[in-house]
Amino acid sequence: MKEKNSKAVKWILIGISVIFFLLMLVLPLLEVIYRALWDGIASYQAALTAPNTLSALKVTLIATVIAVAVNTVFGIIASWLLTKFDFRGKNVLSTLIDIPFSISPVIAGLAYIMTFGRTGWAKPLIDGINDALGTDIALVFSVPAVVLATIFVTFPFISREIIPILYAQGRDEEEAAAMMGASGFTIFRKITFPHMKWGLLYGIILCAARAFGEFGAVYAVSKARGKTFTLPLEIDALYMAGSADSITQAFAVSSLLVGMALIMLILKNIVEYRGKRSDI
Amino acid sequence: MKQVQTKRKKSIIPGFGISMGVSVTMLSLIILIPLASVLAYSFRLSGQEFLELMTRPNVVRAFVTSIGCALAAAVINCIFGTILAWVLVRYEFPGKRLMDGMIELPFALPTAVAGITLTKMYSDTGFLGRAFEKIGIEIAYTKTGIVIAMVFIGIPFVVRAIQPVLEKLPASYEEAAVMLGASRFRIFWKVIFPEIAPALWTGFGLALARGIGEYGSVIYISGNSEKNGTQVVSYIIMQKLNSGNVDYEGAAAIALVLLIISFLMLFIINMIQHIASRRTNV
Amino acid sequence: MLTAACMVTVFAGCGDKKGDGTITFTNVSYDPTREFYEAYNKMFAEHYKEETGKEIELVQSHGGSGSQARSVIEGNDADVVTLALAHDITAIEEAGMIEEGWINEFDRNSSPYTSTIVFLVRSGNEKGINDWDDLIKDGVEIITPDPKSSGGACWNFLAAWQYAKQKFSGDETEMKNFVSDIYKNVLVMDSGARGATTTFVENGQGDVLIAWENEALLTLEEYPGEYELVTPSISILAEPSVAVVDENADKNGTQDIAKDYLEYLYTEDAQRLAGENFYRPSDEAVLKEFADTFDLSVNLCTIDDFGGWDQAYADFFADNAIFDEIYSK
Repeated sequence: MKEKNSKAVKWILIGISVIFFLLMLVLPLLEVIYRALWDGIASYQAALTAPNTLSALKVTLIATVIAVAVNTVFGIIASWLLTKFDFRGKNVLSTLIDIPFSISPVIAGLAYIMTFGRTGWAKPLIDGINDALGTDIALVFSVPAVVLATIFVTFPFISREIIPILYAQGRDEEEAAAMMGASGFTIFRKITFPHMKWGLLYGIILCAARAFGEFGAVYAVSKARGKTFTLPLEIDALYMAGSADSITQAFAVSSLLVGMALIMLILKNIVEYRGKRSDI
Repeated sequence: MKQVQTKRKKSIIPGFGISMGVSVTMLSLIILIPLASVLAYSFRLSGQEFLELMTRPNVVRAFVTSIGCALAAAVINCIFGTILAWVLVRYEFPGKRLMDGMIELPFALPTAVAGITLTKMYSDTGFLGRAFEKIGIEIAYTKTGIVIAMVFIGIPFVVRAIQPVLEKLPASYEEAAVMLGASRFRIFWKVIFPEIAPALWTGFGLALARGIGEYGSVIYISGNSEKNGTQVVSYIIMQKLNSGNVDYEGAAAIALVLLIISFLMLFIINMIQHIASRRTNV
Repeated sequence: MLTAACMVTVFAGCGDKKGDGTITFTNVSYDPTREFYEAYNKMFAEHYKEETGKEIELVQSHGGSGSQARSVIEGNDADVVTLALAHDITAIEEAGMIEEGWINEFDRNSSPYTSTIVFLVRSGNEKGINDWDDLIKDGVEIITPDPKSSGGACWNFLAAWQYAKQKFSGDETEMKNFVSDIYKNVLVMDSGARGATTTFVENGQGDVLIAWENEALLTLEEYPGEYELVTPSISILAEPSVAVVDENADKNGTQDIAKDYLEYLYTEDAQRLAGENFYRPSDEAVLKEFADTFDLSVNLCTIDDFGGWDQAYADFFADNAIFDEIYSK
C-alpha cells in the first residue's frame, strides 16, 4: 500500500517538474530556433554574417574575456581574504561584493555614466590622464565602457562560487604549511588552489555566460550600432527595426547566443561531474 | 582593524594585507565609487522633495508592482523549485541529467532574448498566448506576464540553493520517520522542511532581489501602462532618464531606494547563511 | 597587475583614430529614422568620396529622442544630432555643446523633412476609427508610446490636444476630460515609438496605433493588405530638427563634414530619398512628386501654436504638468 502510494507521488512530482521544465525552459528555446529559421537557412546565414552582427560578436567576446579575467583575479583574492582571515566588517564586505548580483543592471549603467560621463565628477580626472598619456580613452559610450559595465554585473560570480568551497575546507592545512615556513604563494599553489580548482572553473563558466548576455547595464553605456554594440544590443536593435525580416534576424542572432549559452551549460555540467569525481 | 587583529588570535597564514588591499581597491573602483555617484546625485534632493517623489502615485504603484510581482514569482519559484530540486535529487528517470543541466539556462540566456521570446510566446500572436486567450487569460502586457518573466529568471536561484542541502540529507531520515508511521506530509513538514528552510530562504531572497530590480526580460512583456499597474521600478528609472526634462536626481533617488532594498535583502541572506553554517558546524 | 596591463592595452586600442585616414563620423538620431539614414549614409559616403577622394565611416545611433539627447550630453561622441523635436536639441544647447541660434543654421528651422501624426488600424477598421472622437469610444484599445520618454508620443498628445481645442472651442476642463478619456483607452504604453509599433504590429495588441506618418506608411509597405491608414481631421506638423554638435565636431575636427552632411539633406536627391522613406520632403517641388503617398490636405497645426517646444514641454510634459494631471485622473 505504502509502496504504491509512494510511487504515485514520485511520478506526480516528476510530472509537475517535467511540465514546469518544458513550459518555462524548453519552450522558449524552441521558440527562438523556430523564429530564427522562419525565413529559411539562407537568410539565417545572412543574418549571422551581417557586418553589424560580426562587430557585435567581437565586442561581446572582448568584454567577456576581460570581465572573466578581472573577476577571476578578484574572486581568488577576495575568497582568500574572506575565508582565511577574521576581521571586523567581514560580513559587510562580503555583502558589498554581492551587490551586483541582485542590483538592477539599469543602476549599474547609470552609476558609470554619473561617474565617468561628460557631466560626471571623474571626467576631469580622466581627461587629465588622457592628456598626460596622450591617449583618447572614453569610459562611457565606448568599448571600454561596455567592458566596465560587464565587469560590474559579473563581479561576484567567481568569488561566490569559491568562497563556500574554501569555507568547507577550513584553514588547518594552510596554517600547518605556514607554520612550516611555506610562502604565501606556495601555500596557495600547493594547497588552496587544488581545492578550489573545479569551483573556480564553474564560476568562470557562469561568469562568462552572464557576461555575454548582459543587456541593461551595457544598454546604458553603448549607443553606436556596429561599433560598441554587443550581441544582446544588436538583437534589440533588430527587434526594434520594425520589419518582419528584421525580427526574424533578431531571433537568428538570438539563436547564436542560445547556442553559446548551451555550450556554457554543457561545459558547466562536465566541470561539475569532474569536480564531484575528484572529490571522492 | 589592527586592534581587532591583535585582540583576536592572529592568523599565521600570510597575505592578509595584500589580499585586503587588492579586494578593497577593486571593490571600490568597480562597484563602490560608481554607486557612490548615484548616492551623491540622490542627495541633491531635499528630504521633502524625496518624500514627494516617493509618494507620487506612479512611483508608489511601480514599487508595488515590482515588489508584488517579484514576491509572487519568488513564492512560485519556491514551490516549483523545491519540487524540482527534490525530483532531481531523489528520483531516477529518463532525461534527468538533461533537466539538471538546463536549470541554469535562465542564468546563461541573455535577458533580452528571454524578454522578446517570452513576449512572442505569450502575446496574442504566439501559440501559448493564443491558447490562453481562448480561456480568457491574457498574459503578455499584464502583471501575469511580468510574473512569468520573473519566474523564468528566478528559478535557478531556488533550485540551486536547495539541491546541495537535499543531497546531504540522508534518506535514512525519512525512512526512519516512515517506519515510525509519520504521514508523508508530516515527514516533509517536520523532518525535511526545517533542514532545507535556510537554503530555501536564500533562494527566495535571491530570486526576490533579482526580480525587483529586473529590467531586460521584464521590459518587453510588461505593458508599461501605469493604469494597469504594469510599470516596474526599473522602467520608472529609465523614464526619468529618457524624458525631455532629464531628471537625474529623481532617477538616482529611486535607484537608491532599490539599492537599499537589494542590500538589505543580501545582508539578511548572508546572516541566514552565517547562522545556518554555524548551526551545522557545531 | 597583469589584468591592469591587459586592460590598458585593450582600452588604448579602442581609440577612434584609424591609421588609414578613414574618418569616423557619428550621427545620433531617434528611433524611426533607421531605414532613412541607412540609405542616406550610403548616398552621402559616395558624395563625400567624390568630393574629397576620402573614405568616411558613418556610425548611426538610434533610440528614444530624449534618451539620445541625454546620451550626447553625457558623452556620446555625436558629430551631428538628428532628433525628433527641437526641445531635445535645446537640451544639448543648454549643456553648452551646441551654439545658440542652431535652429537658423539650416533651412526651414533646421528641419530637412517633416512628418505628421496619423492612426494605423487593422484592415477592415472594425471599430470604425476615423477621427480623434472615435478614440474615446468604449472598447477601443489604443497603443501609443509614453510622452515621458518618447518624442513621438509628445507629438501624438499635442495633436489630440489641438483637436480638443477646436472641438470644445478652448474650454480647458472639457479638453482635459477629452484627452484624459483617450489615455484611459491606452492599452500598452511603450517607452518609444518603435516599441509601440512592434507591440501593435508584431504582437497584435490594440485596435489603433497613434503613430508617425512615416512609421505607419512603412508598416503598410511591410505588411500589404493587413493595415489601413486613417488621417484624422486635425493633426500636427512634426518637424524633426537637425544640428551640428559643435563641441564634439570641433574636438574631432569634423565641423566642415558635419555642415556638409546636414546641408546635403536638402539636395534634391536626398529629399527624394526622404520621400521614399515616407518623410515629407521640405522641398515643395519634391513633396509634390509624392502627392500620392501623403495626404497633403490635412489640417496641420504646428508647434508654434503651442508657443514653441520649450513652452509646450513645460505646459504639458514636465512633472505635474497637464499630462500627469490627466493621466492620473
